[in-house]
Amino acid sequence: MEGVAQSPNLLVFAAFAGVAALAAIGVVAFPSALRSALCLVINFFVLAFLYFSLGAELLGITQIVVYTGAIMVLFLFVIMLLKLQAPALLHERQDFKIPLGLAFGAALFALIGAQVLGPLQGVFQMRADPGYGAPEPVGRALFSLYLWPFELASVLLLIGIVGSILLAKRKL
Amino acid sequence: MSEWINTLHPAWQALIRVLLVVLPILMLVPGMIWWERRLLSWMQDRIGPNRVATITWSKTSRLVPGFLRGKKTHFFGLIQPIADGVKLFLKEDITPAAVDRVVYFIAPAVALFPAFALGGTLPWGPFPALTPIADVNIGVLYVLAVSSLGVYGVVLGGYASDNKYSLMGGLRSSAQLISYELAMGMSLAGVVMATGSLKITEMVKAQEAPLWGAVPTLQNWFIFTPFGFISAVVFLVCMVAETNRAPFDLPEAENELIAGYHTEYSSMKFAVFFMGEYAAMFVFSGVFAAVFLGGYNLLPIRWDETATAVPAMAGLFKFLGQMNGALAGFWFLGKCALGITAYIWLRATLPRLRYDQLMSLGWRSLLPLAVSNLIVVALWIVCTEVYGASAAWIAVVAAGIALSVAAGVAHRIAQRGRPNLEVRGVRLVGGNPAQDEAVVGGPAA
Repeated sequence: MEGVAQSPNLLVFAAFAGVAALAAIGVVAFPSALRSALCLVINFFVLAFLYFSLGAELLGITQIVVYTGAIMVLFLFVIMLLKLQAPALLHERQDFKIPLGLAFGAALFALIGAQVLGPLQGVFQMRADPGYGAPEPVGRALFSLYLWPFELASVLLLIGIVGSILLAKRKL
Repeated sequence: MSEWINTLHPAWQALIRVLLVVLPILMLVPGMIWWERRLLSWMQDRIGPNRVATITWSKTSRLVPGFLRGKKTHFFGLIQPIADGVKLFLKEDITPAAVDRVVYFIAPAVALFPAFALGGTLPWGPFPALTPIADVNIGVLYVLAVSSLGVYGVVLGGYASDNKYSLMGGLRSSAQLISYELAMGMSLAGVVMATGSLKITEMVKAQEAPLWGAVPTLQNWFIFTPFGFISAVVFLVCMVAETNRAPFDLPEAENELIAGYHTEYSSMKFAVFFMGEYAAMFVFSGVFAAVFLGGYNLLPIRWDETATAVPAMAGLFKFLGQMNGALAGFWFLGKCALGITAYIWLRATLPRLRYDQLMSLGWRSLLPLAVSNLIVVALWIVCTEVYGASAAWIAVVAAGIALSVAAGVAHRIAQRGRPNLEVRGVRLVGGNPAQDEAVVGGPAA
């Protein structure tokens, strides 16, 4: 711990991670759809801050542009349009969904945790190397090594756009 | 000059950098409100607020010097924003009964946040120790990302108010902001490709190069280059739309929606919305200045090269060059003021767009224009690197002609069989009377 404990980064990390975890709990805990969506916004936003504090600016800004700035706005849009209220709760006598959900959640957590925590043992470097994940190497990799997946993804997006226009238009 | 700051603890450095951006914005917002009210009234042939801060000297007091007795000293109503602020402060803060209280309360704060955060990567001078707050390698992306957060305050305010006009305002705003973000990103992408960097500091440096690579005494501000000019026009329109200002103030269109998303807000909560709008105007003007108007340089003149070109006045030019660097913050502020004046001018000149006009402008004009600009810039770069400059000229001119022909054909196809709604738009005085006659009948005729 000695390499980490001296760093003010740990404090920053603790603050951001705490907010992110609280917001993540809020997403599932709030009955109102709008509050849940707002908690998700906070969660995404704070995650972006975590990326910033780790020196991964491009990843953080992509997180904000894609999730906070675009997807969540659309979520809010839909919630506002439909005026989603908190659902009237139906209490079932023997609701086995909750223990089942908890069990599956714990299993998933253990599975991911076993994969992620193992390699992180004894890692004290808080930040990526300077220039790691910068726009330039990312762009270079996208247009050389990963050119075909990249182009396929753009074709997929184009199809998505055309399809959404087709669905949205009443008559062409 | 400012290198001693590097000896401080990083946290203090960060605090100084942040305060140097946030405090000027906070202090200049009242000045902007005064300037808007005065300039707008001059443009509309009114007088505007000119009474506050008028000193009426006593006729009898011995404390007043003789030449002032009974006279009035005018200060152009400069203190008017303070009077406005006091009025807003002392108003009753009404919270309607049906609102979603938490969201209603945080919406103004959410609206204020992106306006201030936007300045995070904006350099206001050639002082790496002081500015920008963070010279990260994603400067322009950061601006786009943070400006896309501006929609939250408006949407949340509109939703939480539980008022259908507020809701309409919020919906309109989110549609508008999402539409214009794309064109804004595309217009900046062209400039980014020409610079070869996403850092705004690098962009300003790139604009200090010789004009068109040919005139060594002048600076290559992007607004003087063909692609940069197109980008600048698109960006200017988009930035007005992103700040919800006239003629894009549909979210708060008062003759349709009362006051749009802030209908139910009173007192300081309304003032916070207001302040967010003005701060966003200020910072967007700063982004425009940094990306297209040469940043913190006063004039597009390369002083050192001019000094060598005109040896007789070398001393003067060297001195001016030093002043250009030392007072960079003031030049930058001046360019921001220019941007705000443009905002007010637009508000005084243009009537509000109709919703379909807004969407049509964003999606059918600005976005294709910005994308074709991007393609032409890419073509230019590729041709220059592979075949040399002359081939690049030919290719770019050919591409420009091909793209405009394609745009014309696409427009013709899009308009076919569709009632000509566009012509119903605004025509200023002095239009063609014969055409006006034809329009009166409208699509039904």
